[in-house]
Amino acid sequence: MIANLPFIAVALLIGIALATILLKKNMIKMVMGLAMLEGAVNLFLVTLGYRENGIAPIFTNAPEGADMVLPTVQALTLTNIVIGVATTALMLVLVMVIYKKYGTVDADKMRRLKE
Amino acid sequence: MNVLFDNLPALLIAVPLFCAFLLPIIGRFLPQIRDAWIICASFAASLIAVITAFTVYTKGTIVYAFGAAAGSPAAPIDSGGIPFRIIFTIDGFGAFMLLSAAIVSFAVVLYLVSSQKERSGKSEFYALYLLLTAGIFGMVSTGDMFNFFVFLEINSLAGAALVSYHRRGGIAAEGALKYLIVNTVGGLMVLFSIGLLYAQYNSLNMAVIASQMTLSTLNIIALVLFITALAMKAGSVPFHFATPDAYSVAPSGITAVMIVASQAGLYGLFRILFTLYGDTFNTVTLGWIIIVLGVLSMVIGVTMAIPQKDVKRLLAYHAVSQTGYMLLGVGVALAVLGDPVAMASYGQTAMEGGLFHIINHAMYKGLLFLAVGAVIYRTGVWSLNKMGGLGHNMKWTMIFFLIGALAIAGIPPFNGFASKLMIYESVFAFNPALSIIAMVVSILTLASFMKVFHSMFMGPQLPEYAEVKEVPKLMIAGMVILTIFVIGFGLFPDLVVNNLVAPAGDALINKGAYITAVLGGGL
Amino acid sequence: MIGDLLTGYGFWNPLVWIAVMVTGLLIAWLIWRCGESDYDKGTEQTKPYLSGNDEPEKGAVHIRGGNMYWGFTHALKGYYDKLIPLHSGVVNDYLAWFLIGVIVIFVVVIMV
Repeated sequence: MIANLPFIAVALLIGIALATILLKKNMIKMVMGLAMLEGAVNLFLVTLGYRENGIAPIFTNAPEGADMVLPTVQALTLTNIVIGVATTALMLVLVMVIYKKYGTVDADKMRRLKE
Repeated sequence: MNVLFDNLPALLIAVPLFCAFLLPIIGRFLPQIRDAWIICASFAASLIAVITAFTVYTKGTIVYAFGAAAGSPAAPIDSGGIPFRIIFTIDGFGAFMLLSAAIVSFAVVLYLVSSQKERSGKSEFYALYLLLTAGIFGMVSTGDMFNFFVFLEINSLAGAALVSYHRRGGIAAEGALKYLIVNTVGGLMVLFSIGLLYAQYNSLNMAVIASQMTLSTLNIIALVLFITALAMKAGSVPFHFATPDAYSVAPSGITAVMIVASQAGLYGLFRILFTLYGDTFNTVTLGWIIIVLGVLSMVIGVTMAIPQKDVKRLLAYHAVSQTGYMLLGVGVALAVLGDPVAMASYGQTAMEGGLFHIINHAMYKGLLFLAVGAVIYRTGVWSLNKMGGLGHNMKWTMIFFLIGALAIAGIPPFNGFASKLMIYESVFAFNPALSIIAMVVSILTLASFMKVFHSMFMGPQLPEYAEVKEVPKLMIAGMVILTIFVIGFGLFPDLVVNNLVAPAGDALINKGAYITAVLGGGL
Repeated sequence: MIGDLLTGYGFWNPLVWIAVMVTGLLIAWLIWRCGESDYDKGTEQTKPYLSGNDEPEKGAVHIRGGNMYWGFTHALKGYYDKLIPLHSGVVNDYLAWFLIGVIVIFVVVIMV
C-alpha cells in the first residue's frame, strides 16, 4: 500500500489539474492547471523508475550488489521539465498579448474566433 | 562524400537546426543575405529528405543508430539483443511522408520570402520555420517513442509561435493560445502513455515494444490515449475545435506547412496502430472507431465550411474534412487486417487510397492556401462579403486557385480524383453506406469551392479593387511547384501508386518487416 | 507512359479523359467559329440586355459570398442550430470534448 502512494498522488494530481482546466475560466488559472498536469506526469515518470531500497544510478564507488533506480526515466523527466518551461513561457506571453489587446483574460469573453 | 551518405538521417535533423540557430546572428550582422540563406537552407534540407526517401525506396529500410560506427546494427552483439541507442527507422511510410514534407516546405519558403518582405522580426520567423521543418522531418523518421514525443512538442511549440506572428489586434494570439493549450494536453497524454509502455517493457524502442506487445488493460489505456491525442493533432472530429481557429489567423504560408505538421501526427497514429499494436487486439473494433472518426470529420467539416464568411476559416474546415477521407481509407484497411482474403481484394486498395490522399492533400491544400494568401496580401481583406471581381486583375492566382479547387473536389484529371476513386471503390466493397457518404461530402466540397471561386474572382471588376496588381513572381514560383505536382500526380497516378504509395502501404501492413529490420532476424 | 490505375474493381486512365476533353474542346471551337464576327464594340451591341432596364452599378450586381448558399443553410436550420453553438470558442469546452472522446473510445474498446 505504501508503495502505491505515489501512484495515488499522481491520480489525485491529474484529477485536480483536469478539474482546473475544465472549470476555471481565467486564463492564468488554466495555465496553472496545465503546469500542474505536467508536474503530475513528471511525478508518474519518476515513480516508474523507483526500485525498493535502490541507490542513485552511479557506477563509481557503488556498493556491491545494490539495486539501482532506473536512470532512463530521470532523463525523460528532465527533458519534459525543459519542454514544460518553454510551453508555459509561450502560453503566458500569449495571455499577456491577449490581455493587452482585448483587456480581459476571461475565456468566456475572448471568443472572437467562434463558429 | 561517403560520410555524408552514411549519416543521411542525422543530417536530416542537423542541417535545419544548424541553419536555424545561425539565422538570428545573420539577421543581426548581415541582413542582406538572410533571404538567400533561408532559401538555400530550406533547399538543402528538402534535398537531403528527398535523397533519403529515394535511398529507402531503392535499398530498403534505413536503420540509423545515433553515435554508433557506420554500419553497426541497432542492437549491438554484446547487449543481449537490446538496442540501447536512439535510432531512426525510415521505412516506406516514413519515406513517403518525408517526400511530401520536403516538397511543401520548399515551395512555401519561396512564397514566404516574398510575402514577408515588409514585416519585422524576420530572422526569428525563419528560424522558427526551420525548427518546424526539423520537427516534421524528425517526427516521421524516428524509431524511438520518447524521441517521437520530443519532436511532437517541437512541432506544437514552433507551430503555435508561428501562428501568432502577425498580431492583427490580438486575434492571432487568441488562435495560437487555443492551439497551444489543446496540443500541450495532447502531448502530456502521449507522454503518460509512453510512461505506461516503458514501465511494462523497459524499453523506449518502437521495435522492441512491438515485438513484446500483448493485450492488457494498461496497454488498452495507453492505446486509447494515443489515438485521442494524435487524432487531435491531425484535426479530426470531435477534437478539431482548435484547428480552424489556428489556421485562420496564421500567415498563409505557415498554414500550408502546419497542414503537413498535422499529417505527421496522422503518421504517428498509423504507426502506433499498425506497427506497435498490429493485430494483438481486435482490429475490427478499432477499425470501426477510426472509420467513425473519419466519417464524422468528413461530414461535420464540410457542413461547417459552407456557411463560413472568412475564407481561411473555410479552407481550414475543409482540411478537417479531407482528414476524414484519410482516416476512412486507412480505417477500412485496419478493420480487415486480420482477414487475408478481404485484405487482398479491397483492403490493400483502401490503404493505398488513404495514404495517397495524404500527399495529395498536402499538395492541393498548400496550393489553395498560397493562392488565398496571395489575394489577402494584395487586397487586405479576408471576408468573402467584401471581395469580388478579382479575376480581372489577378489572372495567375485565379488559375492556380481553380486548379486547387478542382483537385480538392475530386475532378479528373487532377490528383484528388485518383486517390478519391481508390477510396470510393474499396470502401464500397466494405460497406456501401460509407462510400455514399463520402461521395455526398465530395459534392458538398465542390459546392463550397464554387461559392468561394465565384465570390472572389468572378463578377464585374469592383471599383475599390481597380488598382490591385498581380502578386510578385516569387510567390507565383512557390505556387507553380505545387501545381506541377498536382497535375503530375493526376496524370501519372499508376506510377505514383506503384512506386511511392505501395511500399508505404506494405510497410504498414507488415508489422514483422519493421521489427526484423531493426532487431535483425526473427521476432 | 500514362498507364492504368487499377483499383481492384475497375481502372482509370487519364489518357481517356484527355482524349474526351480534346474532342469536346474541338467541337466547341468549331461551333464558336460559326459566330458573328462583325459587331461594334462599345456601343449598344455589347451591353447586357436586362429587359430594357438600366444596368445597376458594379458593386450591386455581384452576389457576395455570405449570401450564396442561403437556401441550403435555411433548409438545414435544425442541424445548424445545434452544430454552430457547439463551436463556441471557449477553450474549456474544447478540452471537455477531448475528455469525452477518451472516455467514449475507452468504453467502446473495453465493451466490444
